[in-house]
Amino acid sequence: MHPCGNFRERYEQEIKVFSTDFGRLWAGVGFVLLLAVVPLLATPYTLYIVNTIGIAAIAVIGLNILIGFTGQISLGHGAFFGVGAYAAAILSTALGLPLIVSVPAAGLITALIGMIFGIPSGRLKGLYLTIATLAGQFIIEYVLIHWESLTQGTMGITLPPARLLGLPIRGDLGFYYLIFASLAGMGWIAVNLVRTRYGRAFIAIRDNDRAAEGMGIPIFRYKLLSFGISSFYAGFAGALWAYYMGSITAEPFNLGLSVEYIAMVIIGGLGSISGSIFGAVFITLLNEGLRFMTGILMNWGFISQSGLNIAPLREFVFGLAIVLFILLEPRGLAELWRIVRSNFRLWPFSY
Amino acid sequence: MDFFVQILVGGLSIGFLYGLSAMGFVMIFKSSSVLNFAHGELLAIGAYFFLAFVTWAKLPILLSFLLALAACFLLGIIIERILLRPLIGEPLIFVIMLTVGLAAMFKGLILLLWGGNLFTYPDFLPKALGVQWGIVRIPPVYGATLIIGTVFLVLFGLFFKFSSQGIYMRSVADNQRAALSLGVHVKRVFALSWAIAALVAGMSGIVLGIINGVNVHDLSAIGLKVFPVVILGGLDSIGGAIIGGIIIGLLENFTSGYLSPSLRDVVPYVVLVLILLLKPYGLFGLKEIERV
Repeated sequence: MHPCGNFRERYEQEIKVFSTDFGRLWAGVGFVLLLAVVPLLATPYTLYIVNTIGIAAIAVIGLNILIGFTGQISLGHGAFFGVGAYAAAILSTALGLPLIVSVPAAGLITALIGMIFGIPSGRLKGLYLTIATLAGQFIIEYVLIHWESLTQGTMGITLPPARLLGLPIRGDLGFYYLIFASLAGMGWIAVNLVRTRYGRAFIAIRDNDRAAEGMGIPIFRYKLLSFGISSFYAGFAGALWAYYMGSITAEPFNLGLSVEYIAMVIIGGLGSISGSIFGAVFITLLNEGLRFMTGILMNWGFISQSGLNIAPLREFVFGLAIVLFILLEPRGLAELWRIVRSNFRLWPFSY
Repeated sequence: MDFFVQILVGGLSIGFLYGLSAMGFVMIFKSSSVLNFAHGELLAIGAYFFLAFVTWAKLPILLSFLLALAACFLLGIIIERILLRPLIGEPLIFVIMLTVGLAAMFKGLILLLWGGNLFTYPDFLPKALGVQWGIVRIPPVYGATLIIGTVFLVLFGLFFKFSSQGIYMRSVADNQRAALSLGVHVKRVFALSWAIAALVAGMSGIVLGIINGVNVHDLSAIGLKVFPVVILGGLDSIGGAIIGGIIIGLLENFTSGYLSPSLRDVVPYVVLVLILLLKPYGLFGLKEIERV
């Protein structure tokens, strides 16, 4: 039960993740249901969607650490995701490393690249930094396509079948367990990271960088660290994606992907780890739903006869969703979720 | 030598177009500090308005040009009123993502109405505008571009220098709080600057459409090229935008001519990173960037 007031006396009580045992119980039950029940009910197509959501959620959690907690905007995360995918592909084909080594290693390589493109944050802030990361996006995209001796250019790389500790990971179901175990682990790390001195330093930098500097936080080092951590998440997700897809080309890692990730962060809720997951679910389902809708509409008699191409409707609705969320609920789905929950908790006395 | 001169002239003319496209972007940034990611789509909208008036409504060229510019002007006011005014004082990421969302909406709408094909305007430019100096041949479209661009530059120069609204706009750009306390209607200035910027963007879009044909993907790609141009010139300098555009245009053409055509698209961004690291206020920008 929640007490009707703030009776916390110590900082440990203030930074608790679950304020009641009831919440902790439900989180555990939900997690077990996710691992046990969903695979039983899901068709291969829905499993594919769920896996895509899981991978996107890992990348978005990382981006949220950067944007939502440290206040630095990166338009290069689509490219960082690609760096992770390529790093995993190259490590597993050229060096023959197993999945359990190559995925974290891909994350570390991406963290390094991300920190290189985070160096401008030492001198620039706000929109200048945004533009610098935009340039990073284009430069990485170019390198991925044109460094042919390493990335095989437009041919792409085919990965060996994924094996974890000697066991082969087969099909969508195998990857479902791998991806959601990773998501749970990475989410757990992120939730706890923001409670440590590092996370609190990030938040201090976001809220007021000069005050943070004045309190003795070396902000350049922390900004770089934040870039590194968030790129690690993007690279980790990219590596999982590369194994899941089986073969990769540089095409998907464009500015559109970066924009999609930022849209997930904003729609989910800035500065909220659970919000990142909501955002990934929302945007992925929106994409799939619109694909489904346009598919149906295309087959309607009068639209297919009029020759109207309604596929661009998806782009329009995607933009509209971003605009509406920013104007109407800038704190995103996490805030809506909180409102709904507190209404239930306080019902019928909504004081 | 011939090759060199060709590349030089080609680079100058592309660069001038970049500069022209960047003018509207700089105007929005100067008055309201908004980084407009929908700029390429604003260019495209101007070009498609003109296309609609010329080919669908079959209006005379000059009338459709003016109508297209008026439509862009109105669109600018609408965007500012409905979408950007609620965001005054909100964090940067919301403003940036709002323009990104707007860009996706506009692009989807244009693709829905016109599709992704390449359209061309009917040929209406007099041949006398073309120039031939020895081996250097300047086609009439570039002559027309130069004239339209110069006319607009002079008109806006006069507008900002002498008209009361122009002076208000400069005062807001200079110091918003001081302008507010001296009785300048800052909200109206924001609306007006979006309107003018959309008008300038529409004009640039029409010119680009005359030269390269109208295609929404090409035009929105130019919207991203604007970033290196304005950073090089200085984010808040209109003259800097033109010079930055010319430098970037020359750089692109020389790289693709002498080094490798595939490098062409990435070189501006490499330059962008270098400028941001070495001289972030650009060639002509105000040196008021906060360093942290």
